[in-house]
Amino acid sequence: MKIHEYQARNLFAEYGIPVAQGDVAETPDEALKIANQTGFPVVIKAQVLVGGRGKAGGVKVVGNAADLVSEFNRIKNLNIKGYTVERLLIARAIDIKKEFYLAVTIDNIKGDVVIIVSAEGGVEIEETAKTHPDKIIKFYMQGVKALDEARWAPVAAQVFGDTHLQKSATAILVKLLKLFFEKDCSLAEINPFVINGEGNLMAADAKVIIDDNALDRHPELVVLRDMKYEDADELEAKEKGLSFVKLEGNVGCIVNGAGLAMGTMDAVNLLGGRPANFLDVGGSSNPQKVLNALKIILRNKEIKVILINIFGGITRCDDIANGILTALKQIDIPVPLVIRLTGTNEKEAKILLTDAGLTTYTSMRQAVTEAVKVAK
Amino acid sequence: MSILIDQNTKVIVQGITGRDGSFHAKQMLEYGTKVVGGVTPGKGGQEVNGIPVFNSVKEAKDATGCTAAVIYVPAKFAKDAILEDITNNIPLIICITEGIPVLDMVEVKKALATSQCRLIGPNCPGLISPGKAKIGIMPGHIHKAGNIGVVSRSGTLTYEVVFNLTAGGLGQSTCVGLGGDPIIGTRFVDILKMFQEDPDTKGIVMVGEIGGGDEQLAAEYIKNHVTKPVVSFIAGRTAPAGKRMGHAGAIISSGDSTAEAKMQMLRDAGVTVIDFPDEIPQALAARLK
Repeated sequence: MKIHEYQARNLFAEYGIPVAQGDVAETPDEALKIANQTGFPVVIKAQVLVGGRGKAGGVKVVGNAADLVSEFNRIKNLNIKGYTVERLLIARAIDIKKEFYLAVTIDNIKGDVVIIVSAEGGVEIEETAKTHPDKIIKFYMQGVKALDEARWAPVAAQVFGDTHLQKSATAILVKLLKLFFEKDCSLAEINPFVINGEGNLMAADAKVIIDDNALDRHPELVVLRDMKYEDADELEAKEKGLSFVKLEGNVGCIVNGAGLAMGTMDAVNLLGGRPANFLDVGGSSNPQKVLNALKIILRNKEIKVILINIFGGITRCDDIANGILTALKQIDIPVPLVIRLTGTNEKEAKILLTDAGLTTYTSMRQAVTEAVKVAK
Repeated sequence: MSILIDQNTKVIVQGITGRDGSFHAKQMLEYGTKVVGGVTPGKGGQEVNGIPVFNSVKEAKDATGCTAAVIYVPAKFAKDAILEDITNNIPLIICITEGIPVLDMVEVKKALATSQCRLIGPNCPGLISPGKAKIGIMPGHIHKAGNIGVVSRSGTLTYEVVFNLTAGGLGQSTCVGLGGDPIIGTRFVDILKMFQEDPDTKGIVMVGEIGGGDEQLAAEYIKNHVTKPVVSFIAGRTAPAGKRMGHAGAIISSGDSTAEAKMQMLRDAGVTVIDFPDEIPQALAARLK
């Protein structure tokens, strides 16, 4: 789960990582109030969960109240990659002397937490990683949560140079690591990590991503989710234990397992159709899940057919069949169903569906071919 | 022969008193797997489908001499279940559970590194050596004993592939589902090495998908170390592009992880890459000639 910069900044502050004084505002009055406390110049930053806001004009430094109001209103009316701006961060502008990069994330293949640090921070960091990989240092935690300061010291010396900065950077890193582990982050990034006019290090931006699988143990973070960035149907699906992504086509898909769901979409495409969605009913499915899946898919009026492709493992085909039969009784399904079921409890499922007058397929190619034909 | 498991593998089931654990313990037993015990803390002394239940992995191991453990416990207990197996030196651990927090898996990886244990999964279907044993949740009846090794990141997509292999007359030596999580215990290269060394595996099917860097590493490994024919299917060509993980994600990832890029790397490594799962038997038969 991505959170906004102002929310990430609050977490930084909670953990003692220095950030510029400021707060989030929804109106020019609120913005003025904040600026009066911090003093000018201030930076105004659009709070959106998409990249490239700077290039879209969503960040501006202003030196007085009049400019603050006019720029606030201009940025508030921006549309950044399809998203309107609801809130703006108003923070004391930092007199930036130098930009570093500091992040903690997970290297999946190594299965380890990694610190990424560079003396060349800023928006071009990814470009630097490609053209000058030697300027980016990766420091692995080797499975522990506490910084091995003896091993880290030479890295700090190489990146930050003078002793004061090394010490300060290390202290901030220790706090960033604490935040990373305690809040189950998959990313905690400071870019740019800057030296200010007083020669001190601070976070000039804040990016935090929380591991969705760990949200159960962080009710304090769940409330940070910005619903505007969640598709209502996708969110409802998630709450009901389904994984759903809407696409442009007209062949509705209900599949068990993410791999087979993607394989089914590929197959629909390959055989000349267009999948309307990705939908994984997950394992251990109960009949209710199928009913919920059908309800969500049927809200899409483009749908011409629903392809149900189930290969039973932990999902039992008879559970799916019962779900289909329940759905047929409870809701109006205005499009044909093409059903392919095989695997665990396949026989029981086929008896149930055949008795109800439904046709079932065993071959995925046959079922997909039929669904594509019906959709045309 | 087969890899990792056979008719002599003795398995305990962690979470055997739950809905999934009890159902699949029975299915494994019916398939012929030596399911020698189950573990649910506080329920020791009970029986599930005639299988004795123990309070801890240690009790179960002392009583049964088990050589493998399969985990069906809820996500929030899964880390401790895996660590309990590692502490007790269970050589093969299969974790079916999905939804385990990533940092829990970082702890597990650390414990695994200094152990003699191998973990398959989490969020995986398990593995099967047809006719000998199955440990996991895959439907046994679609498999057939033979000489094809199957390795996959997916669950149900693997069943699809196996179903087509069996229908095409190609039996399997062992089928391994690695799991769909970012951090997993065993990766493509580990299994490819075992298949390459297994005298009874004549050909290999590798099922991958978009995202991550495992297929790229596998392609590199195949190019340099695998002499047996490999056929591959990569799912996700029509999937929408993945979500970005700040700048760090781009810095840490090993280049292009689209389905097309992976397919090309595999082709360059001499792998036959097919478009539809039912094309696998023919492609493999052609390579085996």
